[in-house]
Amino acid sequence: MSNSLAITLKSSVVKKQLIGITGLLLCGFLVTHLLGNFLLFVGPEAFNKYGHALTSNPLIYLAEAGLLALFLGHMGLALKATLENKAARPQRYYMKTKTGRGSTIASSTMPYTGAILLAFIVFHLQGIKFGAVYNVTYDGVVMRDLYKLTFEKFASLPYAAFYVVSMIAMAIHVSHGFWSAFQSVGFWHNRYTDSIRKAAIGYAVFVGLGFSILPIYCFLTGAN
Amino acid sequence: MSNNNMNLNLKIWRQPKKSAPGKMVDYKVSDISPDMSFLEMLDVLNIQLVEKGEDPVVFDHDCREGICGMCSLMINGQAHGPEDRTTTCQLHMRKFRDGDTIVVEPWRAKAFPVLKDLMVDRTAFDEIISAGGFISVNTGNAPDANAIPISKENADLSMDAAACIGCGACVASCKNASAMLFVSAKVSQFSLLPQGKVESSERAVNMVNKMDELGFGNCTNEAECEASCPKGISISNIARMNREYTVGSITGK
Ligand code: HEM
Ligand code: FES
Repeated sequence: MSNSLAITLKSSVVKKQLIGITGLLLCGFLVTHLLGNFLLFVGPEAFNKYGHALTSNPLIYLAEAGLLALFLGHMGLALKATLENKAARPQRYYMKTKTGRGSTIASSTMPYTGAILLAFIVFHLQGIKFGAVYNVTYDGVVMRDLYKLTFEKFASLPYAAFYVVSMIAMAIHVSHGFWSAFQSVGFWHNRYTDSIRKAAIGYAVFVGLGFSILPIYCFLTGAN
Repeated sequence: MSNNNMNLNLKIWRQPKKSAPGKMVDYKVSDISPDMSFLEMLDVLNIQLVEKGEDPVVFDHDCREGICGMCSLMINGQAHGPEDRTTTCQLHMRKFRDGDTIVVEPWRAKAFPVLKDLMVDRTAFDEIISAGGFISVNTGNAPDANAIPISKENADLSMDAAACIGCGACVASCKNASAMLFVSAKVSQFSLLPQGKVESSERAVNMVNKMDELGFGNCTNEAECEASCPKGISISNIARMNREYTVGSITGK
């Protein structure tokens, strides 16, 4: 039997594979974003010049469009899957107990950690990317002083705390998502699957800690 | 009579028929031997109910030795009860304590409608099998068993997948009521062998499409199915099926 493209894309298998692949690409984006952000520790000039180099490159529009497509695709398909999953069990159990040998806190809260991430991303873009524009001049070139903006934002305890909470949610999300994506695309191997699960935890700790340190550092060093 | 016998409180889902609403009803059973199986305990309850002129609790069962896949039941919120790798018919009452309250519910999934009380309609699984869970061979004399060489590893993996008894505990325990473990076991048991390899992608495509059509949920890789499966079917089968589905969808004729 032939399978039309529509059936293929809507199928439970391919839908999850697309969620997985977009999710893994977003995981890749997170690493580059984090490494770039670490320039904050180097100093204002390095950080601002890095931001300027990114935004003044014409390819940025292509990259941003791609990133937006990844996010929208990931969220749209994840939302569809979540709604279908709710519909697949219209009547709930009177009592439901986890075996303790299968699902984890991370795996069973994916839609919730995802929703926190969505709220975070909107807030983050609004506050930084579309936030106040301060300018600074290095070597005769005028550019945004994102360093100043960042420190200004994170001077607020609730603001910094919201970032840290969101980053914990993100770490939880990817600690399951990273390995789950491999399973969805069909990669399972006696020799590697355990390592992928461990790598998922390692990755989650790395990005979770990495992204949390920034607001904490800004809050602590910027306040005085 | 042994003095280890137990008195138990039961909370059981009662539903007169498919279209009628149901509710949890409290019962008491006494003098239950720890050596009884869970189904034998329900038999004791039903004898009580019949003697009182009440409607006995309907539940599915057949072999009562863990091989047919007819028994089901969510027991205290777990598919086939608290014991690892055990069907309800093989679950012994010694797993419970005197005075315990035990909650008994049917499998719950849109694709498994309740027919009466604890009995659900698992025709959906048969429909998935009809969609592709077979191999095409010529009839006639059985070929020589060793005519086609099969690696030991594949034979073992195929046998592991074939241990699935189709009880539906995977669907029942999955938070998404997904049937991926069942379907992947049925896909894998054939695709790992040369006789089934020929149609493997086509089979995966047809069975998954049927599964989706029947209203099962999407897998979120939580592995509650594997943990609840009385036969310990591995979720590595799901990865295999995902692979074959994608290949089948891309290369399908
Ligand atoms: C930084 C951004 C994000 C990253 C790196 C990420 C990563 C991932 C990964 C790798 C998966 C696993 C896919 C699979 O099992 O095949 C996943 C699943 C999922 N994501 Fe995200 N995600 C992000 C943002 C979001 C957002 C904003 C939402 C919701 C609005 C969301 C909701 C979900 C849901 C519901 C799932 C499915 C859970 C499952 O199938 O177990 N994610 N994500
Ligand atoms: S009754 Fe046959 S497996 Fe339980």
